[in-house]
Amino acid sequence: MRNAFIQRLSELAVGDKRILLITGDLGFGVLDDFERRFPAQYLNAGVAEQNMTAVATGLALEGHVVFTYSIGNFPTLRCLEQIRNDVCYHDANVKIVSIGGGFSYGQLGMSHHATEDLSLLRALPGIVVCAPGSAFEARESVDAMIAHAGPAYLRLERAANDFTDDSANIFVFGHARKLREGSDLTLMGAGGVVSEVVAASDLLNSQGIHCRVLSLHTLKPFDKEAVLAAAEQTGGILTVEENSVLGGLGGAVAEICLEHGTRPRRFLRLGIQDTYTSLVGDQAYLRSLVGIDRGSVALAARRLLEA
Amino acid sequence: MTSRGGSSHIGAVFSMADIVAVLYGHVMIVNPSDPCDPGRDRFILSKGHAGAGIYAALAERGFFPKELLRDHYKNGSVMSGHVSHKGIAGVEFSTGSLGHGLGVACGMAYAAQLAGKTHRVFILMSDGECDEGSNWEAIHFAGHHRLGRVVAVVDYNKIQSLKATEETLGLEPFAEKWRSFRWETVEVDGHDHSELRRVLDVRRPAQAKPLCVIAHTIKGKGVSFMENSVLWHYRTARGAELQAARRELGVEE
Repeated sequence: MRNAFIQRLSELAVGDKRILLITGDLGFGVLDDFERRFPAQYLNAGVAEQNMTAVATGLALEGHVVFTYSIGNFPTLRCLEQIRNDVCYHDANVKIVSIGGGFSYGQLGMSHHATEDLSLLRALPGIVVCAPGSAFEARESVDAMIAHAGPAYLRLERAANDFTDDSANIFVFGHARKLREGSDLTLMGAGGVVSEVVAASDLLNSQGIHCRVLSLHTLKPFDKEAVLAAAEQTGGILTVEENSVLGGLGGAVAEICLEHGTRPRRFLRLGIQDTYTSLVGDQAYLRSLVGIDRGSVALAARRLLEA
Repeated sequence: MTSRGGSSHIGAVFSMADIVAVLYGHVMIVNPSDPCDPGRDRFILSKGHAGAGIYAALAERGFFPKELLRDHYKNGSVMSGHVSHKGIAGVEFSTGSLGHGLGVACGMAYAAQLAGKTHRVFILMSDGECDEGSNWEAIHFAGHHRLGRVVAVVDYNKIQSLKATEETLGLEPFAEKWRSFRWETVEVDGHDHSELRRVLDVRRPAQAKPLCVIAHTIKGKGVSFMENSVLWHYRTARGAELQAARRELGVEE
């Protein structure tokens, strides 16, 4: 996803000199090519994320399209008030990019587990919150962010997805992408964990359980219609996110269903419970630890149907 | 305005009033008939709690009718206590949480530098605000990048929210701190208009060091019972106090 992002940004930076990329001193080996090709469109703001975000705001208010880039919680939680007061209140054309969403940097420990960003950013007025589920979606999201004049957040993960995503299935902010069709249940994912959801669906298929799979790549604006259709047309909704279950994808789905009086027959949120993860491990290990890997998702789906 | 609205921070407004008057009266290039004129000098009030002072200056300068000032603090008004740009012509940037303005000013100056433009970016900060780490990130950044278009004025009245700055988190040696972060730093009497004009009304080369003007001021300046009193960070003048303050300042209703 990271490579898809930087490749697409480089392609667009050639013809759009408004584009600036500011890093918070991270991106070793990844940003070198961009820096070499576009020295006037690249800036290392140092290890100072509050200032990086404020500088990005000032540049955006003067007409630039500014991408801030760092890993985990640094470009988001560390400078949350700069995002709220400076970027969002001023509708500044700043695109915040976090590499290493969820447990991408699982071995580095709790400080590097970005597992509340979706909930927190989603609460801010005036910002698009995007968590692509595949390299294709990551690439498309760069175009969509630039086309959208205003604040946006992009959560990326280090690992590439391991399912084949169909580029004919178009990507539009605020519109869920249907990756598998079925009516027993709807499995919804946001972010890189979508690859686990797709794999779980394929596993269930072989067991005679056919699920609709949706990538809810944009948590804001959110695709209400797709959620309500899933609630009405399928046997229930199971949400999966590499994020706290408080206020993220599952929360958003529950809010919409309840407000519209459309109760899904079955409903379950999988994600990180209200606790920090002090054990370390790679992303696959930590996904299985908190129960959002493909096996856990498939098992949870079967139990939900049996309940 | 603040008495009618019942707002606080009059001490902070009086402390910076001379600086704001010199900036809007003499130094800055602004265009009240086109507040977003690309060639304008930018101004950010980072000590947003003194917003009433900026609203008053903008009204004086003709950005909007003075009658609008009567809405300050009223239900449904856009004239918030802490300065806000929404619906108010001439306000460049909204602040209120301290330590936000300088980084944004740096971004604006960096943009000017990239585009080869000559306008300046003025920012007015408080002394207490220099407790915020984010300011030192920005001070570090501006010094490193030689953002010569940035002029930071610190309203150094030496009193912050609860007590004196020296009793809270001492800033001294203050000028040396800025200099060590690669800023050109001068100290002036923040109530002396000719001195303020002398240091502020200079167009400096693009690649010069950023300029810090440490303006020594008196909180509550101009009203004897408000001067150097932390009480007037919060209190609203009413009744006899309001009459006395008006008499001392020589202003009518």
